[in-house]
Parts: sequence; C-alpha cells; structure tokens
Amino acid sequence: MTLKRTADVVVIGAGIQGCSIAYNLAKSGIKDIVVLERSTICSGSTGRCGAGIRAQWGTEMNCRFGLAAIEKFEQLHKELEMDCGLHQGGYLVVAFKESEFEHLKESIRLQNRLGIHTRTVSYDEAREICPGLSAEDAVGFTFHDRDGHADPFLTTFAYMEAARRLGVEFQRFTEVRGIKNEAGKITGVDTNRGQIDAPVVVNAAGGHSQHIARMAGVTIPNSSERHEILITEPVEPGVCPPMLISFSGNFYIQQRPNGSMIGGCSPEGHPQDYSLGVTWDFLESMSRTFVKLLPRTRDVRVVRQWSGLYNMTPDCQPILCEADEVKGFFLSCGYSGHGFMFGPISGELLAQLILGQEPRIPIEMLHYSRFEKGELLVEPAVV
Amino acid sequence: MNEREAEIVICRCEEVTLGEIREWIDRGYQTFDELKRVLRVGMGPCQGRGCREIILRELSVKTGKPVSEIHPGTFRPPSKPVKLSLLASGGDT
Repeated sequence: MTLKRTADVVVIGAGIQGCSIAYNLAKSGIKDIVVLERSTICSGSTGRCGAGIRAQWGTEMNCRFGLAAIEKFEQLHKELEMDCGLHQGGYLVVAFKESEFEHLKESIRLQNRLGIHTRTVSYDEAREICPGLSAEDAVGFTFHDRDGHADPFLTTFAYMEAARRLGVEFQRFTEVRGIKNEAGKITGVDTNRGQIDAPVVVNAAGGHSQHIARMAGVTIPNSSERHEILITEPVEPGVCPPMLISFSGNFYIQQRPNGSMIGGCSPEGHPQDYSLGVTWDFLESMSRTFVKLLPRTRDVRVVRQWSGLYNMTPDCQPILCEADEVKGFFLSCGYSGHGFMFGPISGELLAQLILGQEPRIPIEMLHYSRFEKGELLVEPAVV
Repeated sequence: MNEREAEIVICRCEEVTLGEIREWIDRGYQTFDELKRVLRVGMGPCQGRGCREIILRELSVKTGKPVSEIHPGTFRPPSKPVKLSLLASGGDT
C-alpha cells in the first residue's frame, strides 16, 4: 500500500492506544487518518502485556479511568463487532503486610465513593473465589467482581478492523524518523517510506514514546523498563478464575479462557536497555510464586516466556495531552504498565481533546507539565 | 477451496483450520506473527512445530514470495514445556 502524502491526522504506533485513538477519531467524522507502525499491529507492549483490567486503584483519576474502561470493555464486542475475549473473574488482591492492607482498605473507601463495589474478603471467601489458593501468610484480601482480563490481540485488532471500516489507513513496517514543525506548529512526519504532511500528529509509541517526543522537540521524563511474563499449557478452567495480584508479593497470575495461565512480576534492577530478552532468573522465581500460591499447578508445564516494555513516568500515571511547545502534537503514553486496560477510554478522551471538545473525564492533570510543577499523582498500586 | 479442505485442522493445539488461516491471510494478516496473534496458531504446547511450515507455505502462495523469504515468526523459550515444580526447584530434583 503506497504511503499517502497528506493526512488530517497521523498516529504513531499501532498498539491499543493508537488503534483506539484512530477509531474514536474516525467515529467522530475525521476521515483522513493514517496509523504508522514500525513493525506489525500489536507487536509492541500491548501484545506482550498481562491483559488485566481493573478499577481497584489508589488514585481518583485511575479509579475513574478504570471504571470507565470496564464499562467500555463490557460492550466493546458489540461496538467493534468482534469478540475481545473479555473475562470478568474479578481481581483478588492479596496483602501480605498490615500497612499494605490498611492502604487497600483506604483505597476501597475511595473506590466505593466512585461507584466501584470493591470489598474485603476473608481467606475462606478468597478460597471460594480462587479454589486451590494457598496464602496462609496473607493479612487480607480485597475483591472487585467487574475486574478481569481481555485478549489484548483481539481487542487491538477489533479496534483496527473497526477503524479500517471507517476509512483509517494502517501502514505497517513504517518507521518515523523525524517530526516536522514550523513556528510552534506540527506540519508532518518523516518516515523510512517518505513524508506525510499533517496538522495533527499523535504520539502513541509506547516504549519508544520518549524518542518520538524528542523528535518533535518535546522532553518527557518517561523511561522504559523490561518486564517478563510466562504462560503455561492449558489446564482445566477454574484453577485461577480471578486475576490474583499482590503489590507487596510482587506478582499477578490469571487464567485465560482457554485454560492456560499467565504470570508476571516486576523485575529486579528494572532493566532499561530496550532489549526484549528473557532470563532464567525470572522463570525460576515466577515458578516458585506459582507453586507456592497455587500448589495444584506443580505439574503444569510452562510453554513460553517473553518480555515487554513498561513505559514508566515518575508517578506511574499516563501522559495524555497536547504539547505546549508544539501545537498539534498530542501524546498518549507513559501508562506505566496499564496502557492496555485504559486504551478504550484514553482513546476516546484524547479524540475528544483533538476535536476541541471537553473530554468527558477531566484529563488536564495528565499533562506532562505536572512533573516540572511537582504536581505528581503518585499511584501506589502497581506491579 | 472446497468445504472439506477448509475444515482441515492445521494447528492442533489451538484447533485452527485451513479455512480460518486463509480467511485471515486474505484480510491482510500476512506474517506468521500476525496470524499467531489473531488465531493463536503456534501458541499451544507444541509452539508451532506442527503448523508453522504449513502456514508459511500458505503465506508463500498468497504473497508470491518463496518460503525462504518469509519470516518464520518469533521462537520463544523454553524449547520444550517444563513443569513449574521443576523450574521452581532451580533444576534440583
């Protein structure tokens, strides 16, 4: 497919953010949209993620985003006319420290106030929600039944297919090499396949968003950390129906609809070399977590391990805004490991901002200027 | 493609048929990794040992490129499925 020379909007990155933004813009009537992807659709962080969706957060902003995203996911298969693999088995959060459990209970009060029906559950009830769970050393548990997970591939492809039907062009194997601007305004992009003139460019480049921002002359404090993850062979459903997660225990484990189990954790040393390698250490420590928490998985076999980049910001909250320095340059990045679950709502909100409308959930606090002003919105609940 | 051909199971781990593979190739999913993501071919316990070559041939027919020029997709460790308990023991049995 030849690359067009002009467009109304160029979106950089075809992960969940780029595809959701393109779809939401097209749905609102913008016709001439091109999405540029240096590899293939969903080949970056979205397709490598743990797939979780939750409203159990520690800041009001994230709770609002989480709940709005769940509401979107619950009807997404109808809106996009494709199954997105949604499974709402809840998130069962495990606290191993008293202080941690106190924080979680504080977050529950915030969540309840915002219409998120999270509650604490006893160990017995936790074992009903997650049969086979062994967590004698846990101090407490919290549970929200509308949390869960979806298929990141199917969700992203569903957005892409729906966007295509509305006329959006997707260009694979197209790498942005430069961003053109004149007198503080975006004028287009330069790629390995030629230039495109456009008055609006969206940076949805995930783990590489800081490089794309720099091309436009915008400095953001993002960094990209490699996180590892593994998947097992499929076993009977019901081994781990909820997303089992702990911030102090440093793990998340879920069971896909087909029966295979996915588990990941935050890495030691937080490697930031942009490589996507895997380590034996992760395989060993994650396997120990599996057999300790879910002893019945002892004989389940690991099929595959891989890694992906968390695009981190100093407060673990995203950047969702228009650049001050360069008008027409929009950013949707820095999701710090939660970009997939927020994609359906952040794409809608950024599309509203691009169209000059008031986003239906306020996002002005997500401007990157918060880092310079010291107005951080630190999110404690991150693995 | 007749009906019987369309029903041939190509990826036995994930039960994906030749008909489905051709349908998604026609929709523009023209690399092994893209088909893997949308259909889960090669994601099961055999890691594509059974289906990869057949799918690469299908891609070759569609794109007109010889199989040798088609990217075989990503290979990920471990090369054979390993029990969690064995991995957890650090290899000591």
